[in-house]
Amino acid sequence: MSTTFDRKIDATLSDPRLQNAIYKATGRLMSHRKIAVDSDVLPEFEELRTQANAVKRHTIENLDWYLEQFERNVLAHGGHVHWARTGTDVADVILGLAKSRNASLIVKSKSMTTEEIDLNERLEHHGLESVETDLGEYIIQLKHERPYHIVAPALHLTRYDVANVFEKKLGVENETEIENQTMIARRVLRDKFLRADIGISGANFLIADSGAVALVENEGNARLTTSAPKVHIAVAGIEKLIPRAQDLATFLKLLGRSGTGQPLTVYTSFLSGPRREDEVDGPEEFHVILLDSGRTKLLADPDKRQSLYCIRCGACLNHCPVYRKIGGHSFPWVYSGPIGAIITPQFHGVESEPGLPFASSLCGACAEVCPVKIDIPKILLELRADVKASEKRHAVNEAERAVFRTFAYVASRPKLWQRATKLAARLGPRGQGYLKKVPGFMNVGPVRAWLSQRDLPAPAEKSFREMWKERGR
Amino acid sequence: MTAREAILRDVRRNLGRAEGATPPPPPEPRIRIPEVSREDRIARMLERVSALAGKTLHARSAGDAVEYVAARTAGQTAVASNAPFLRQIGVTELPGVQSGFTDERNLREACASAEIGITSADYALADTGTLVMMASPAEARLVSLLPPVHMAIVPAERILTGLDELFSLHPLPASETSSMVLITGPSRTADIEQILVRGVHGPGEIHVVVVD
Repeated sequence: MSTTFDRKIDATLSDPRLQNAIYKATGRLMSHRKIAVDSDVLPEFEELRTQANAVKRHTIENLDWYLEQFERNVLAHGGHVHWARTGTDVADVILGLAKSRNASLIVKSKSMTTEEIDLNERLEHHGLESVETDLGEYIIQLKHERPYHIVAPALHLTRYDVANVFEKKLGVENETEIENQTMIARRVLRDKFLRADIGISGANFLIADSGAVALVENEGNARLTTSAPKVHIAVAGIEKLIPRAQDLATFLKLLGRSGTGQPLTVYTSFLSGPRREDEVDGPEEFHVILLDSGRTKLLADPDKRQSLYCIRCGACLNHCPVYRKIGGHSFPWVYSGPIGAIITPQFHGVESEPGLPFASSLCGACAEVCPVKIDIPKILLELRADVKASEKRHAVNEAERAVFRTFAYVASRPKLWQRATKLAARLGPRGQGYLKKVPGFMNVGPVRAWLSQRDLPAPAEKSFREMWKERGR
Repeated sequence: MTAREAILRDVRRNLGRAEGATPPPPPEPRIRIPEVSREDRIARMLERVSALAGKTLHARSAGDAVEYVAARTAGQTAVASNAPFLRQIGVTELPGVQSGFTDERNLREACASAEIGITSADYALADTGTLVMMASPAEARLVSLLPPVHMAIVPAERILTGLDELFSLHPLPASETSSMVLITGPSRTADIEQILVRGVHGPGEIHVVVVD
C-alpha cells in the first residue's frame, strides 16, 4: 500500500464529523434503495437485474457492431460523432468546435467521464469558462475538489463549508441556510445557462438503434445544458451503449432505484440529434464524442471485461463497509468504492496502487446490490493475483514472499509442522484465548503493523492430532 | 490511422471479432404491460404525483381544468405552449397567459421571466407519476423548464401504465422527436447535507391536471 493511500485513509478515519457524514449519507441511500426494490413493490427486480446483465454482456461482446450502428443513427438524425482515444483528443474536439463557433462560455452537467479526463481543467487552460451546473458539482468545482461519491459529489461538505466557499468565490456573506444557498446557486447558474454557447453533458446510455443519448438527473441542470445553448456535446465512454430504446424499460427501472431509491429520477432525457424543422427551441448542433481512454484494453480479459457493464448508480459504494469508513477521497482515482477498486487497476495498471484490490473484506455486498450483476469480489481476487504476479516480476516484497515460501515448506512437511506447532503451543503469556504479548522476534515489520490493529489468538495447547491419539482410536 | 479506426480495431482485436461480423441476436427486450383500468390509471397517476409533492386535479370537464389554471395564474405571468389542446380548451385565452411563440428569442425571454409555464403532455405514466414530453413545434422545451412553476394539462386517455407501455407504443422515439423528456415530480436536490430542496434548476412546483 502506498503511503498516500494510507495517509488519506488515516485522515478520514480520524475525522469524526466526516465519518458521521459518510455513514449517514450512505445509510440513507441504502435504506431508500431497500424500500424501492422490495419484492412487495417490485417483484420483478431480480428478473430485471438478470435481463440488464444479459443485455450488457451481449452489447460489450459485440461492441464494435453497436458502435457503428450508433454512429450511423446519430448521422441519420443530423448529429455528429467524434472518436477520441484519450482525454486530450476530447479536449481537442471541443476546443476546435468552440473556436470555430467563437464560443467562450460552456455549461456542463454532471459526468464522471469528464471528471475522469479532467476536462474542465483542460478547457480552462485554453481560456474557456467551463461551469459545472449540478449543485454538488458546482460547489466542489469552486473548491477545486473531486467528487466524493458517484451520485452525491459533495457528500463530505457541510452547509458551513458551502457558506465559506460562496463567500470567497461569490461574495455572499455568511449564508448558512441550505435552501438559500441552493437558490443562490440557481440564480448564478441560470444566468450562465442563458448566456452559454455550448452545453456539455455526459451520457447514462447511448442507444444504438436510435443514435440517442439518455440522461438521468434530478435537478434539471442536464435539461438546461442540453436545451438552452446552441451546441450540445455529449462525452461518453464507448461502454455506455445499449442496443435498443426498448432496453431503457429495463435499465431505467434499475438505475434510479439502485442509486437513490427513486423509481425514476425527476428527469430522464432521451436526445437524438439537433432540433428538427419548425421546433422553436433546442440545440442547433448535436455532437457525441466517443471516448476510449483505456476501455478497449479492458475488453481483452473475457472475465474482467464485465467491469464495463457498470451504469454508475453508486449502490456498491453505499453498501461497502470499506467505502463507508475510508470515504471517497481516499481512493486513488475519481471512481471510488468497489467499482473504483476494480476499474482503477485495470485502467492504470495494478502497480499504480497495489494496495487497492486488497482494501476489501470480500463480503460480497457490492455484488449483491449491483443492478447489472458485476461479480466485483471475483474481479478483486483476480486483481490480487495480478498484483502478486507483478510483484514477482518486479521482485517487490521479497521478504513477504520469503515468509510464505518458508510457511509452504513447513506446512507441506508433517514432521516439521508438528514440531513447529508444539513450539507455538508454548507461546505466552495468554488471557481469554489471546496472546497478551507477542514475542519480540515476531513483532517486527509488517507483522507488527498487522498486530497493531488485531489480537493474535493463542495457539491451542494440544493439537487435534495429539487429542485424537490420546482418545486411542 | 484515424481515432475511429484505431478504436474499432482495438475493440475487435480484444474481443476476437471480425470486422462487420453480425452479432448473435440480442436478448428479447423485456416489455410487460399490465391490464389496468382507466379509472385505476388516473387514480394511480394522481397518487404518485402527490407523493412527489406535486399538486393534482382530476377535472371532470375542460372547464374545470381551465378554472383551476386560472386560479393559479391570477395576477401572475404565464407562458403556454403551442399545444392545440391548450388552445381548444381556452387556457391560452386566460389573462396574463402568453402563447403562440414561433421565435426562439421571444420564447426564451418570456419563459425566463414568467412565473408559470403551462403545457400539455404526450403521455403520462401512472406507475411513476411521470409526464412524457416530446419536443415539437407544439411543445417547446423551455416552457416546462425555465419558469419556477409548471402546470401540465393531460387528457385522461393519454395515461399509460408505465415505461413498458410507452416503449411498446414508441419503440423508436428518435424517429418522431429529437427530445423525449420524462418528468417525474418537481426539480430537486439533496446535494448539501442530504437536505431536500425543491426547484434548484427546474420548476419547484408542479401541477398535473387530468381531464376526463
